[in-house]
Amino acid sequence: MALTVLEDGSLDVARIKKDFPILEVLVHGQRLVFLDSAASSQKPSAVIDSMTEYYETTHANVHRGVYTLAEEATRRYEEARAKVARFIGAGSASEVVFTKNVTEAINLVSYAWGRANLAAGDVVVLTEMEHHANLVPWLQLKMERGIELRYLPIDDAGELVLDDLARTLQGAKLLAFTAASNVLGTLTPVRLLADAAHAAGALVLVDAAQYVPQMATDVAQLGADFVGFTGHKMLGPTGIGCLWATPEQLEAMPPFLGGGEMIRDVRLDSFTTNDVPWKFEAGTPPIAEAIGLGVAVDYLNALGMDNVRAHEKALTAYAISTLTGRYGDDLVIHGPLDAERRGGVVSFAYKDIHPHDLSQVLDQRGVCIRAGHHCAKPLMRRLGVGATARASFSIYNDEADVDALADALADADKLFG
Amino acid sequence: MNGLEDLYREIILDHYRNPRNRGELESPPAYRAEGFNPLCGDEIVIYIDVAADDRGVLRIADLRVNGQGCSISQSSASMMSGAIKGRTLPEARATIRAFKSMMSVHEARLDGDGEPGADAEAVAVKLGDLEALQGVVKFPVRIKCATLSWNTLIQALDEVETATA
Repeated sequence: MALTVLEDGSLDVARIKKDFPILEVLVHGQRLVFLDSAASSQKPSAVIDSMTEYYETTHANVHRGVYTLAEEATRRYEEARAKVARFIGAGSASEVVFTKNVTEAINLVSYAWGRANLAAGDVVVLTEMEHHANLVPWLQLKMERGIELRYLPIDDAGELVLDDLARTLQGAKLLAFTAASNVLGTLTPVRLLADAAHAAGALVLVDAAQYVPQMATDVAQLGADFVGFTGHKMLGPTGIGCLWATPEQLEAMPPFLGGGEMIRDVRLDSFTTNDVPWKFEAGTPPIAEAIGLGVAVDYLNALGMDNVRAHEKALTAYAISTLTGRYGDDLVIHGPLDAERRGGVVSFAYKDIHPHDLSQVLDQRGVCIRAGHHCAKPLMRRLGVGATARASFSIYNDEADVDALADALADADKLFG
Repeated sequence: MNGLEDLYREIILDHYRNPRNRGELESPPAYRAEGFNPLCGDEIVIYIDVAADDRGVLRIADLRVNGQGCSISQSSASMMSGAIKGRTLPEARATIRAFKSMMSVHEARLDGDGEPGADAEAVAVKLGDLEALQGVVKFPVRIKCATLSWNTLIQALDEVETATA
């Protein structure tokens, strides 16, 4: 694995590609050019094999049995939690709650913290570029309880407009926002926003779904109270996500789902809750998935997250210059054009060709991009489009993949131009 | 484009580039229905005017399509508008059934509308240009694109029938 990083810190993508079995699959007889990692990344053999190996040698339910197998399963499940905690700079493994995905992580906060702390008229501040996962849970509270939602606007370049930040935060109980837009790529000033929110007396939730997979993350530096992210976007399996939260919030929040595991004692008329983080993990958790996520974290650590970010940034810059260089005014890129200010997703419009049609034509060349509203309909309306085409990158993508995308766009032009 | 000829037939591309009956009707009196494809964000708005003909039979006197979407959803809406305009309500329903049957998504209606013989009647309907959309069936994700305007039309017809019942 050490061989996958070259001496200058750049990733040896040709070697990395060999770690991902799916990249050998042919699509319509063509090499697979997977440019949809922001939706879900592919998995290296190490992750896939670790889950198979776990099922073949170790599986038993966790935190229950008093026998060797169950103890080893528990040890590996908790070891995965510790790996994730170290990966994001958490003070302790107990600050990491395993969830199904970011959506569940945010819903955990909106149900457990929100229902204990928000009443009619209380204010939650969001931004105009949130994923539905960070909109709908708060809209549900608005409809159920009459909380007030305020939105930080974005400008035409896809950056947050912070002129009215202090006034918008006045009296707010929570600021919940994305650290990296899944549509525009925009990186938001997390620390600045968190500090402003705290100064106003509000707590801070960060949707880090697109941030943790490609940025060295230190939750202490981010300054948030809650951070949600998910395994399947960072080389791990589906079905496992994480909520990191401060010990104070985890202790104070009531539980979310009720059931086994999350209790200390149950009587016919009452129950007491387990310690954190298990207080928030009702029922049998996704054990193999947690172990797979731990291995994904090992894989990313071996590459070095600074190298991962440098790779994403360089490839994003290459994509922006290649696409605009080849197609000029026929191609419009949404979001900041400076790769320094964005993550590895590039949403674009090409002529008047609908993203669905673009994606369909690109598929014939084995090029997979996302076409649609990216679960961000309010943002689509703000951009004045119904949908966008989006290419997104991971560690197994290289300039040849971007070139394949650029070449394939010419096919769409032939058909629809 | 190898493999895509079945999907992007020339007549489909023609309706996409030059959509028929595009626009709005004043509502009311026109009936208006909106349809969304939650997968891709396509939105369609259908306006229909109904009027009794000289024999007193209600017909779809005018139909307009607004909204935005991909070539399949837009061309399907355009062709639909041509096939439906001037029809009586039962004729329009039969055309819808025939089209959805072609798209293999004709589901048994639970509200009693699926009486025996309905399918036979649907098959007898001449779909004409609309048959060009049959190739969409090979691309399952796109079937919802093709049926979006038709499902929206059903909503509009339901409104007409509720109002005129």
